[in-house]
Amino acid sequence: MAKSMSVRNLNAWYGPQHTLKDISIDLDEKMATAIIGPSGCGKSTFIRCLNRMHETAPYAKVTGEVKLGDENLFDLDPVDVRRVVGMVFQKPNPFPTMSIFDNVAMGLKLGGIRKQSELRERVERALQMAALWNEVKDRLNRPATALSGGQQQRLCIARALAVEPDVLLMDEPASALDPISTMRVEELVEQLKNDYTVVIVTHNMQQAARVADRTAFFLSGELVEFGETTKIFTKPSDSRTEDYITGRFG
Amino acid sequence: MQQRQSFDIALKELKLKLLRLGGDIQEAIRLSVSAFEAQDADLATQVVQNDRKINVQDHEIEDLCIRLIATQQPVAGDLRKIVAGLRLAMDLERMGDLAVDIAKSTIRLSGQTLLLPIDEIPAMAKLIDEMISEALNAYVNNDVDAAQRLAALDDEVDHRYRKLVEGLFATTSNNPNHATQAMTLAFCGRYLERIGDHATNIGESVIYIISGERSDLN
Repeated sequence: MAKSMSVRNLNAWYGPQHTLKDISIDLDEKMATAIIGPSGCGKSTFIRCLNRMHETAPYAKVTGEVKLGDENLFDLDPVDVRRVVGMVFQKPNPFPTMSIFDNVAMGLKLGGIRKQSELRERVERALQMAALWNEVKDRLNRPATALSGGQQQRLCIARALAVEPDVLLMDEPASALDPISTMRVEELVEQLKNDYTVVIVTHNMQQAARVADRTAFFLSGELVEFGETTKIFTKPSDSRTEDYITGRFG
Repeated sequence: MQQRQSFDIALKELKLKLLRLGGDIQEAIRLSVSAFEAQDADLATQVVQNDRKINVQDHEIEDLCIRLIATQQPVAGDLRKIVAGLRLAMDLERMGDLAVDIAKSTIRLSGQTLLLPIDEIPAMAKLIDEMISEALNAYVNNDVDAAQRLAALDDEVDHRYRKLVEGLFATTSNNPNHATQAMTLAFCGRYLERIGDHATNIGESVIYIISGERSDLN
């Protein structure tokens, strides 16, 4: 549970386009790190490199080192990487034909767990961690698509947590949600960072300021500034960070 | 380049309102000291009455800052300008209250002959006036050096205040009948000394706006 990630000289390309330029950053365990920056700055590419999803895109290339604990991710099987580095996407994407229970249990079944009592226990624990259990415990066999958008997103978080990853990556997890659901997801991140390494990409400055211990500002594929969130939002060191977070460009 | 035009206009409005308040406060202090020196109770009453207008200005600034925080979610330099704006308004409003206290002392003393040496009070008032000008200039020009110069001026005010109190004590020990008047005069000195402290607070707020650093000029 909860391992730190250390990124060194990470470069990523889509064909000839150099989208990440020599990124080095430490994502400490039991901390939430927010990645902010204008559209196209490379923040989504960055977290997609952290679970080796970037390489699945056509013409994509990546160099450098991403360590999870002591292991280099690029030396591991990508499938194993995605089990220990979970990801939640912008738009809730539950398996549409499956029940609430099966959505969460699927990863566990693929991991070889067959015993019903263990599956039930782990599904309940994951749903509780995602703050969804009380809302769905009486309708676990209902289709996941019957849930509201905010509930579906928390279901996806539960699905990611069920396999007990070390790191949870969140790519704009609340941008498609209403303010109440957004607040629930943010509260959840507050809880989750006690047990996981959380990396959250967000366009919402206030969300970054609220949930993240540290914030990294990306611009044109470069890491411009990385530091304590409070400092970034009150006294950034780089004028480009100040211009972006105060809305003077972007 | 994306602009936040209405927000930038509102920040300029905040600056103008603070400067207007600062100018009015400086005038109130000048009038209260003039009234004190001339023992002019009518002028002192005018200072007391004008304080209502100053309080209205203070509330307008506070409301503007609250509105900007609620609607614009300011961060970094913008946030520092607004937070420091609230503090500046509070310091200026307190300075206005102290001008009223000086005016009320003048009203209390009216009809009495001043029996005690008060040379230090006009000297303190001159320094205070310089401090307020310096503090407002520092704010207008984002001038850290001007803000820092306030510390030396404040030391001089404190020095003169001590001299005033020592002089009053020395005189009243020989003439206990003068104790009540001495107390009122010592309070006037104290009010001016406190105004100086608020001017240094303004300097500290200016440094915070510019650098984000805390400082102690007092």
